Order: sequence, then C-alpha cells, then structure tokens
Amino acid sequence: MNYHSRKLLKLNLAPWRMAALGSLLLAGFTVVAGRALYLQGLNTDYLQGKGDAVANRNLTLPAQRGQVADRHGQLLAISTPVESLWARPTELRISSAQRAHLARVLDVSPLELEKKLARRTRGEFSVQRPVTPEQAAKVTAMGVPGLHLRREFRRYYPAGEVAAHVVGFTNVDDLGQEGVERAYQDWLAGRDGRRQVQRDRRGNTIRDLVPIKTAQVGGNLALSLDLNIQYLAHRELAAAIATHKAKGGSVVVLDAKTGEILALANQPIFNPNNRRDYQPGPMRNRAVIDTFEPGSTIKPFVAAAVLERGLFHPESVIETPETFRVGTKLVRDVHPHPLMTVSEIIQKSSNVGAVKMAMSLTPQQFWEVLHRSGFGEKPGSGFPGETAGRLRDAGTWKPVEHATMAYGYGLSVSLLQLSRAYMAFANDGEVMPLSFLRRESQEIVGERVFSPRVAREVRAMMETVTQEGGTGLRTRVPGYRVAGKTGTAHKLVDGRYAPDRYLSSFIGMAPASNPRLIIGVVIDEPSGGVYYGGSVAGPVFAQVMAASLRQLALPPDAPETATRMTQNTKLPVTRAGGGA
Amino acid sequence: MRRLNAILALVVVVCALAVIQAQHRSRTYFVELERLNKEAHALDEQWGQLKLEQGTWANPARVDTLARTRLGLVAPPPDRVRIEALPDAP
Repeated sequence: MNYHSRKLLKLNLAPWRMAALGSLLLAGFTVVAGRALYLQGLNTDYLQGKGDAVANRNLTLPAQRGQVADRHGQLLAISTPVESLWARPTELRISSAQRAHLARVLDVSPLELEKKLARRTRGEFSVQRPVTPEQAAKVTAMGVPGLHLRREFRRYYPAGEVAAHVVGFTNVDDLGQEGVERAYQDWLAGRDGRRQVQRDRRGNTIRDLVPIKTAQVGGNLALSLDLNIQYLAHRELAAAIATHKAKGGSVVVLDAKTGEILALANQPIFNPNNRRDYQPGPMRNRAVIDTFEPGSTIKPFVAAAVLERGLFHPESVIETPETFRVGTKLVRDVHPHPLMTVSEIIQKSSNVGAVKMAMSLTPQQFWEVLHRSGFGEKPGSGFPGETAGRLRDAGTWKPVEHATMAYGYGLSVSLLQLSRAYMAFANDGEVMPLSFLRRESQEIVGERVFSPRVAREVRAMMETVTQEGGTGLRTRVPGYRVAGKTGTAHKLVDGRYAPDRYLSSFIGMAPASNPRLIIGVVIDEPSGGVYYGGSVAGPVFAQVMAASLRQLALPPDAPETATRMTQNTKLPVTRAGGGA
Repeated sequence: MRRLNAILALVVVVCALAVIQAQHRSRTYFVELERLNKEAHALDEQWGQLKLEQGTWANPARVDTLARTRLGLVAPPPDRVRIEALPDAP
C-alpha cells in the first residue's frame, strides 16, 4: 500500500516544524537517558544501599543459656525469655505527661526515671530490664518514639536459696558471676546466631539473603547434687543455726564411693532470684572458700600416721596426764584419764594423747601425712575461689607448732577439703576426686592415701566416738553404724584465740561397715550456751545422715539399734514445719 | 521449521509460567516455614516456662511445708519402720 498516494495523509507541513518537534523530543529523551544513567550507573551504590536498608534486616538470634539440673533432673536454673525496655536517645521524644505515666507503669519514682532518660549515650541503653508482660503491653500502647522493647533471656532459679551457693547466679548480661554458673560459663553460654533477611512492605520475611547461622543453645549441666538431700541439709543447718544463735555454718554431703558432692549448704543464705539486694557476705560459699582451724577433727590423721609407721597399734596404751608441757605450751585435756589406748584417745578426743602420738613422728613425717591427705592443696572440685587452706612447710615448724598441729591448731582447712580427706577412712584408704557434676562410677580413679588396714582401724576408732563413752553420742543414727570425729576449736580473733568463741564441727560417715556417705558439719560461733562439736554439729549430722540414708535406700547395718534406741534414748525429733 | 518454532515458543511460555509458579510456591512455603519456626519457638519457650513452673511447685521447701501443715504428715518413727531385705541383696 502506498501511503503517499493518500491524500489525507499527505504531509503538508513546514519543514521547520518537523525539525523543532524532532529536536524537542530528542532533548526530552536525552534528559531521561541522562537521569537513568545517573541513577543506574553513577549513583547506584548509594541507592541500592538505601533500598536494602528498607527491605533487608540483620537479625540476631539470641541463644538460650543451658539449663542446670540436679542428678535426678530437677531443675536448678533455667533461662526464659522476658521483655526489657530500651531507649535510643537520638529518637526519644517524650512529653512530660507521658513521662509521668511511664514512671507509674514502671513503678519507679519520676525523678529516677528522669535521670535514666537524660542519659546521652550513643546507641541505646536499657531503661528497665526486665519488665512484666503487663508493663510491656502498656508501654507498647503508649507508642513513644525512641522507646522500644527487646526480647532477652532471664535466668530463674526454681530451687531458690536452697541450692544458691552451689549453682551461683548470672548478672543481667547473662554472664555467670558465682558458683557453677561461673565455673561452667563457657559451656552454659550459647552462641548467638545471625540471619540476613529481606522483608516486604508489611514486614513479612520474604527470603534469606545468606545462609542462616543458627543460634547454638548452651549446653545443659547435670550436677552431682541431690536436691532432696540438699534441701534436708539446708533445713537442718538453718534450724541448728537458729537454736544455737550461731553466726553461720556449712554442711557438706559427699558420696564416699564416687567423690560426688551430693549436697552443700551454707548459712547465711541469699536469694539468687532477687538481684536487688546484693551483699557479698551471704553469697560466699563458706564450705569451699572459707578456712578454719580444724581442731580435734584432725586427730584421726595423727592416729593413721602413727599406725602406718607401726609406732603404735590401736590397743597400745599411752600415759595421758591431765597436762603435758611442750616447750612453753601447756597442753590440757578437758576430760582427763591417766591411761588411754590409741582408740580411746580418738574416742574421748584427748589432746595430750594426740600430742604424744604426733611427737613420736618427725615434723617431716607428720607433714607428709597431712599433705597426702590433701591439706594445703586445693581439693580440686573446680569451684571458683576454692581455697587451698594453709599447711606450712615442715622445715619451718617449731616444736610447739608440731604439738598444736596434733589437735588441729596452726593449720587451716575448708570444710570441703576436710570432708574430702575423710574419704580416705571411708573408702579403705582411697580418696576419690571431688566433683560437682554427676559422674558414672566406672570412670573414677582414686588416690591411695592410707593402706586399707590402717583406714579400717581408724574407722573402727571413729566408730567408738559415737558409742558409750565417746564425744559424739548425739550423732547416732538409728539402724546404722556411724563413725566420725567431733571438733571444737577456739576461734582466732585478731591473732589471739578467743576464750569464748568456738567453731563446732563434726565429720562422720555411715554405714560404718561400708561407708557410702560422708557428712561434714561446721557451726560458726554457737552462742546459745552449748558449743561442743558433738552437741552442736552432731545433731545436724544425725538428722541429715538419717534422711539421706533413707533417701538412698541403703540397708541398715545395725538393725537392732533402731528399736533399742527408741526405748532408751530420746529420738532425734523431726522438727515440725522445718526451718526456713 | 515454522512448526518447530511455534512448538519451541510454546515450550518457552510454559517454562516461564512454571518458573512463576515455582517462585510463588517457594514464597508461600517460605512464609509457612517462617510461621512454623515461630510457632516452634513459642512452644519451646512455653515448655521452658512450664518446666520452670513445675520446678517451682516441686520445690522441696514448699512440698515439705505443705505436707506438714496442710496434710499433717510426719516422718515415721524408726520403731514403725520395718526393713525387708531382698533375698538376693548384696
């Protein structure tokens, strides 16, 4: 078809109009092309960045901290998500009315809030962490620019103060501060994950831009603690502290066969769920961190040392006058008997007898036995702040010190350390490594401290302590044979031994025929008139031991005593209501 | 030749539609996955809270107090306890 032939379409225009229109169009296109080139080519990075900033999001996937449970899976520490309120100073626009309202919602004084919000930091700061779900809803409803909620994990301790000293606690940033929480921080802490996503206009996630780095949940821990025994220990200790008006105290329960710490309670206590009243005193795990002079509880080691060297045997008779002079020091017995066997020296806790036995050893020999038993060295439980106690080198001992060491002055130990050392008597001479974590029995290798014969002989001596004529009558447990040693030590106050301040202790084991449990009790400054270890710490031992043996369902090794004791002596009465 | 071209054109169109369909499905599934992940997360949290709650209820101190005060339970005195040894006990 020939368009030119059509009349209607025949162009009848002036050529300048064509040129003008053409150049106008060309100019328009040039502008558009230039703009396109500018946007697409020259300025692309900037614009792409802007676009990504709107659509792409970097997300942190918070990792949950691992749980801590006791040996039966009872929960001791768990993290759950909570909301917390954060502010960004650069965007914060808050009217004074809103401020007052916010103060009411958060339940803080307006002045305090004012001070908090006035902070000029780069980035963000937390206003309150955590806030309750109701508070969170109210704050969201207010819609203040610059204030936002953030999800965080908060640690809770369902067992509360009962296991507080062992479990410890974390700070607001989820870092372990004390106890197991601190010792196993690396294991418990998770690793935060990272995600880069693209979002649509409505905020839905459309796709992942890079492969997700998933959050690594922290590892869980199964402690060696038995929450039931732990609670009993806590309750009985609290009751004893109250009756004897003592300053403090500790109880340690060890499994003699495995070295596991089944319970560890201290007084005073603190509540790990309440971070407001921070006080360093009650938070201290005294049984592990504090040291004391062991007093008479050291005597079984003296006996073991002389038996091992063959210097005495359990029935050797030793002259024990009421007083005995070593250098300038006059050693005195509270209940003197002119003649005692080695066994009776332990039973009646004779200082003179113990000194005479210790003096038959050279300082080096004596030191070696104490050192081998673990004194002066960390007990190796892995607990943060664990103390090694103090045992001076034998070369520096004066004769007086050599003598006082025999009844437990001049060296210091922690309760955990002392209880661990008693494992040698319970376990036929072998000490198992301590553990705060549950362990399988086959993986343990013990350390030999005494020969099986010596360990059994000393154990038999310690059994007489709880029998007629011994110092630990109130430590008896119906149905079981109990072996142990009482201790009553004067406290060192400003470099002098205070005549009226004592540390009462008892370390014992049961069933004595084949000990499974070792319980150490120490009560600091009982001031209710009674202070002998057998009368103050002894009953706590008996209560906790009886309950723990029942808990573990161990068969009684002296079933006949159960009935005899009910008839003759007053039974240890179970306290109603328990202590708090 | 013309027929082959037509067929190929048709194939291209079908493929294009399939791509769109696949893309759409991928988006829908992704949204679904996100939703389920969120749900799993929420359930996880709920589980943790329930565990915490259980731990709080089962706290020995609380059980002890309730048993003594509300239920009036006492530990049996030793003379009321009989111990039976298993025949093959070690």
